[in-house]
Amino acid sequence: MSLMQQLNEKAQRLGIPLSAHLDITYRCNERCEHCYLEHDDKGEMTTAEIRGVLDQLADAGVFFLIISGGEPLLRRDCFDILAYGRSLLFNVKLKTNAVLIREAEARRLKALGVEQVQISVYSYRPEVHDGITKLPGSLRRTLSAVRFLKSQGLKVTLANVLMRQNMFDAAGTQALAAELGVSYTLDPTITPMMDGHTGILSMRAPREMLREVFRDPNYVGNVEEFCAPPPSADDEVLEGTPCSAGHTAIYITPYADVYPCVQFPLPSGNLRRQKFIDIWRDSPELNEVRSIRAHDLPTCSSCTHLSNCTRCPGLAFMEGNMRGPSTADCEKAFVRTGIPTANMVAKARTGGSAGRRPAVSGLVQIRA
Amino acid sequence: MGADPVSPKYIARSPAIAARKLGEEMVIMSAADSTLFTLNEVATVIWQAADGSTPLSEIVENKVCGEFEVEPEVAYRDAEGLVKELAGHGILLVSDQPIAGTAPQRQENP
Repeated sequence: MSLMQQLNEKAQRLGIPLSAHLDITYRCNERCEHCYLEHDDKGEMTTAEIRGVLDQLADAGVFFLIISGGEPLLRRDCFDILAYGRSLLFNVKLKTNAVLIREAEARRLKALGVEQVQISVYSYRPEVHDGITKLPGSLRRTLSAVRFLKSQGLKVTLANVLMRQNMFDAAGTQALAAELGVSYTLDPTITPMMDGHTGILSMRAPREMLREVFRDPNYVGNVEEFCAPPPSADDEVLEGTPCSAGHTAIYITPYADVYPCVQFPLPSGNLRRQKFIDIWRDSPELNEVRSIRAHDLPTCSSCTHLSNCTRCPGLAFMEGNMRGPSTADCEKAFVRTGIPTANMVAKARTGGSAGRRPAVSGLVQIRA
Repeated sequence: MGADPVSPKYIARSPAIAARKLGEEMVIMSAADSTLFTLNEVATVIWQAADGSTPLSEIVENKVCGEFEVEPEVAYRDAEGLVKELAGHGILLVSDQPIAGTAPQRQENP
């Protein structure tokens, strides 16, 4: 077991939120076609409020802090927030499109001790990347920023999202990352809008493309192992929890709302009205999330894929039931192994509605 | 104590780290190379006392020997080993003079 796994286990045992993701704004200078956010400012936390939140997160034991958005650098106080986070000794990762990063900003990020900068890049071709971001010149500016950051010795990762618009560019974008000397990740997950709208899901890469990615050792390592039929689920799997959301990880919106994860918009409290530690310990929503074990899942507990499924409870929640299947993860499991999931089989029998309840109307992004 | 009284050793936490107490252990990550460390309870006491102005011998005498049942010579020898290792990873600064500009102390959790 790696040191990181040991830390996660210990944090879960002690009930400590090891990592927090804080979006400091939903405003953005890009308009990415697949983005799940509404960009208008609905009342962002002030600098003082964010400092207060960071104090509370440090007191609660948070070690890993992701600062993101929207585009976080659109806030004039972004560097003040980063500096304050570093003064509290967080391990800080910044997620940005980097369009606003020039040499001076790169130098400042390095001086602050920001551990990693993750930058969204959707293609090595300007016409594709800029076509997705809707900001002409964005790829050129972003890549210029990558070079500034690299020249300061910062750790940089290019984060690509696989979708219909860029599905033939993944390899070229990976080659670009290698040429720049930075890390590269490719994520095929397109999530519904935080307000529950699902129109953007039509941008998900088709099955053939997912199959190609899952058969490429550059992305999955040992293909044979990655695509092997899943081992049967033992007691440990049945007693297991799905992911760190709400267990050792937490998400906070620019409006001080607390969710289990950025991909799991279950309103669990608000830091303008409650203390973080009270939400973390006593929120009925978080405690419900924590109570769920694999054997509680009505459809998935009997699925062949249970032992190594990547089921995201947040995506399941957005489909209407946090204990239900996540269709996108069923698709991934099927494409990996060629074996249909329990959800797919049930849907085929019932004509498409099995295991799902009608989508709830409360998937709101903002709470008054 | 085994320390050379003529040349005291001062230790200070590097500002280029992330750190948080997890239970009784201290979790530290070096910003320079992202190496992750955990310190046990005794090492954590030394780490937290590394303010750049208190000599290591005093830290061992007051903090380690004051809180744990250990012979001073053994404690100092072990502390020197820890300091050498952490300094080798750049997360602890060592000098024969007091050191200014250490990482702040906010590492606790309830």
